[in-house]
Amino acid sequence: MLTFMNNSDSEEEPCNERTSLMSAESPPVPSYQDGLQASEAGEVQAHRKRRTGSSRSPNNVADGDMSDSGVPVRESASENEEEELTLKYGAKHVIMLFVPVTLCMIVVVATIKSVRFYTEKNGQLIYTPFSEDTPSVGQRLLNSVLNTIIMISVIVVMTVFLVLLYKYRCYKFIHGWLILSSLMLLFLFTYIYLGEVLKTYNVAMDYPTLFLVIWNFGAVGMICIHWKGPLQLQQAYLIMISALMALVFIKYLPEWSAWVILGAISIYDLMAVLCPKGPLRMLVETAQERNEPIFPALIYSSAMMWTVGMAKPDTAARGPSQQTWDAAEDGRENHRNPSHADSRMSETRNPVPTRPITSFEELEEEERGVKLGLGDFIFYSVLVGKAAATGSGDWNTTLACFVAILIGLCLTLLLLAVFKKALPALPISITFGLVFYFSTDNLVRPFMDTLASHQLYI
Amino acid sequence: PALGLFLFTIARDPLRIIILIAGAFFWLVSLLLSSLIWFIAVKASDPRDEPLQKGLLIFGVMFSVLLQEAFRFLYYKLLRKAIEGLVALSEDGCSPISIQQMAYVAGVGFGLMSGAFSMINLLADALGPGTVGIHGDSQLYFLTSAFMTMVLIFLHTFWGILFFHGCEHRRWWEIAAVVVMHLAVSGSTFCNPLYVGSLVPSYLLMAAAAAWAYLLSGGSAQNLRRFLLCK
Repeated sequence: MLTFMNNSDSEEEPCNERTSLMSAESPPVPSYQDGLQASEAGEVQAHRKRRTGSSRSPNNVADGDMSDSGVPVRESASENEEEELTLKYGAKHVIMLFVPVTLCMIVVVATIKSVRFYTEKNGQLIYTPFSEDTPSVGQRLLNSVLNTIIMISVIVVMTVFLVLLYKYRCYKFIHGWLILSSLMLLFLFTYIYLGEVLKTYNVAMDYPTLFLVIWNFGAVGMICIHWKGPLQLQQAYLIMISALMALVFIKYLPEWSAWVILGAISIYDLMAVLCPKGPLRMLVETAQERNEPIFPALIYSSAMMWTVGMAKPDTAARGPSQQTWDAAEDGRENHRNPSHADSRMSETRNPVPTRPITSFEELEEEERGVKLGLGDFIFYSVLVGKAAATGSGDWNTTLACFVAILIGLCLTLLLLAVFKKALPALPISITFGLVFYFSTDNLVRPFMDTLASHQLYI
Repeated sequence: PALGLFLFTIARDPLRIIILIAGAFFWLVSLLLSSLIWFIAVKASDPRDEPLQKGLLIFGVMFSVLLQEAFRFLYYKLLRKAIEGLVALSEDGCSPISIQQMAYVAGVGFGLMSGAFSMINLLADALGPGTVGIHGDSQLYFLTSAFMTMVLIFLHTFWGILFFHGCEHRRWWEIAAVVVMHLAVSGSTFCNPLYVGSLVPSYLLMAAAAAWAYLLSGGSAQNLRRFLLCK
């Protein structure tokens, strides 16, 4: 499913986020899958590795001239080798997602802990019109539920709208919308953020310098995200805008509403991705049918693929030269993540032993990463940030939520390996996170405080 | 030092990072359950009765230790199954990570989490203004806490190795020894703030556990000498 990285601000455009996790390839070959699943018992790491294995296999098999020779060879001899190799790479992919999620969370937590601005209550978004300053608990609960309903319905409407636009190929409109929203994010929110950080540390900066810095930051960001740029820079920008968005949410959502919204969003995500008529699922399927990548501004991908000007858009070319092949659609970006170079891979990949040549006729290794929607980043960070902000300022709670979210992500990736289709990334992680937040805050904290005051160790 | 361990030995291999995080998670769950029990006990009892509270606290600590070891065992089971899967997958019949490495990583995971939970609020408060021990408590609070945390992290690592080894070879006495050691260390912290009573035994136990784990992992005095001399 997709993540729509839009900004919702108090007064400006109505936007929203969606989240999900998607495995970045076309549906896998059933025979390979069966062979895969038969050879393993249901174990944690094994599945994780298998995900990459299966994620790579369709590319090989999907290739027109390789498919016939590919499948039987693969299933017999090289299957084990591929599995073996996919072990490390499977874990590697999980780490590739761990790192950005961790970075985003660290940025958000650091900001929350140091900059006072984001924990002051200065009003609410128009999407959450009901205030929570009511005297009675029941009233507050009711208000938060109403807020949630409004927010979720806004999100649903926007998602459906986007899907309709996509279906009817109004690409220009979508692109314009995305560009506008990322423009606003990059410039306005960065300005606010920078202003607050400078205020906190009492650093003076004059307006021309500020203007220059923000202009450069924003311009490079726009180019990186929407056009071409080095992969790591693009990833860094995506992480930064996710963090900014999460900070906005943390600031402007009232407390109980935030928790209820988190819960409701994960339920919605579950439904939107898995139900046959869910908007996100339709979006992904349409994108896969048309063999297009989903908009780069909405998805964080851990590795990019070369796209070759052939029938199969998912073949990759290996080589040190970074050439860009323009595909039919304009949204496609071709970058190579050099850290995944591995000659062993290419040899075992190809049933036909070919050398790694930078010729685009041959099927070389592809570096397929896992794609995670930006909304996932945002909501994970919102959870951890809220834990840091309101969990009595306790680091234990923050740490517990962090570990819970990472484990949820692991499990989701594991399920991705099992099911091999786009999955919602939110539910498991958010559930774990919420459970751990509330339990740590209420149960563990008194325990640990008492222990610490007596300096006992368990 | 624990962070150094992490950086040098674990951060390279993604599989180990996953095992580490999962280990931390298991410790966290055990902590959660034990604090749940303690919380219920406290709520059910009289909050003004001091000795009772102290007694409940001790009970909570012991129970938590037992739960931690139980979760270590569960984690061991899970890793066993994972090893079987990895072995089945690999081409030459041996998994990319051995059970000993897993034991080490799991121990570090447990240790890091327990250390983090013990220390991090202290560290955060240490940044702020204040005087240590102003109410007649010991002035060495931070120092001793730091040392205690470090020794606990190391101990968890060694216990992980010993524990898994004991489970592997079905030597129940090894497992029992680990549990007893853990109880002893926790119990010794009851002597705080008489720090001699808690730090010294803990360090001794740690040295013993370290030597034991080293021997179990195949080291020997000769290896050690060779390593130290001819580098």
